[in-house]
Amino acid sequence: MFDDRSPIYRQIADQIKDDVLRGVLAADQQVMSTNQYAAYYRINPATAAKAFQQLVDEGVIYKRRGVGMFVAAGAQRRLREQRRERFFAEVLEPMVAEAGALGIPVADIVARINQLTSPGDGR
Amino acid sequence: MITTTDLRVRYGDTTALDCLDLDLPAGHIYGLLGRNGAGKTTLLATLAGFRRPTAGRVLLDGEPVFENRRATTRICLIRDDGGLGDGIDKIGDVLDMARALRPSHDAKYAAALLEKFGLSRKQSLGSLSRGRRSAFGIVVGLASRAPLTMFDEAHLGMDAPSRRIFADELLADYAAHPRTFILSTHLIEEQSPLFEQVLILHKGRLLLREDLDDLRGRGVAVTGPATLVDDFVTGLTVLGERSLGPTKEVTVYGALAEQDLQAARRHGLQLGPVAVQDLFIHLTGGVP
Repeated sequence: MFDDRSPIYRQIADQIKDDVLRGVLAADQQVMSTNQYAAYYRINPATAAKAFQQLVDEGVIYKRRGVGMFVAAGAQRRLREQRRERFFAEVLEPMVAEAGALGIPVADIVARINQLTSPGDGR
Repeated sequence: MITTTDLRVRYGDTTALDCLDLDLPAGHIYGLLGRNGAGKTTLLATLAGFRRPTAGRVLLDGEPVFENRRATTRICLIRDDGGLGDGIDKIGDVLDMARALRPSHDAKYAAALLEKFGLSRKQSLGSLSRGRRSAFGIVVGLASRAPLTMFDEAHLGMDAPSRRIFADELLADYAAHPRTFILSTHLIEEQSPLFEQVLILHKGRLLLREDLDDLRGRGVAVTGPATLVDDFVTGLTVLGERSLGPTKEVTVYGALAEQDLQAARRHGLQLGPVAVQDLFIHLTGGVP
């Protein structure tokens, strides 16, 4: 369920961010409680609370006293912008490096991308 | 909650606990790890007031625990030997005794737990297998709702589904009734996510105390050609190493700086995670 290296709280925070990014959790929607997360993943509640604190600090969720945690307005848009910035460094550059090591010409990659993104006419 | 000051326990010539200073605030789940003979059982028995310290003090909220009923009714220790009954044989009778002993004991919760583990009040302890006797220990410990509840390898012999019931019940009841737990275990990978903080006891002394989630990021396994790996780990805290032909894996302790991470990437070295159990093995002397 969790990989061994990174702290559990960060992995939980990343999962919640993924849900916000994909719209599974909408703006102003309530997020499950610390204890519900702890029970579901069988982890200490303090670990889950740390994930929530990180998300509050990053402005992804906000707390309504006595009610619970909710997704912040605009969180999805902000997360999308952050991920876009990281996309080239984290996804594209390693792919180009791997292709270079395997001797795959850049033109082949471009051709394949065009194929994938324009179904039907192959323009 | 509970503190020890310069705590020492000796059995004849053997020192089981030495100069132990602990301060465990209330309301957390602590994991107690240590190799066989490290002193875990002695520590728990001393914290519970079962054993008189040779020197030093054990205080529960400022009061000594040994021969102090006011303190010991607020403490519940479930021992790994399954010796619960003190001669009483029926499960129902043991629970009635537990209820008489501790004001915090919740009989309704005990009944619900018995059912979850498939036990009944009519059964005799002598007829139970090791694992089912352990499960009954869990029932007594959780239902005690004692402000300080300790399990000394409570899961001994319990099968995987029963251990899962234990984890789920522990977390649910801890959320509903926050209190202090200390759990000793050798099932490190399985149980450690339940802990907020980990204490490692080694040869009667406290070797390490750290938040579990921080400990998870402490170790890094560096793998690559032997000479490159040796250069890279110079100056780092090396816990152990293994070789396979020209390839070497070295386990280092402590977070790597960004420049180290970049250097590793530049040299094509692989950096891998180190599980808490592996860290524990390395920190407590490794495998000969």
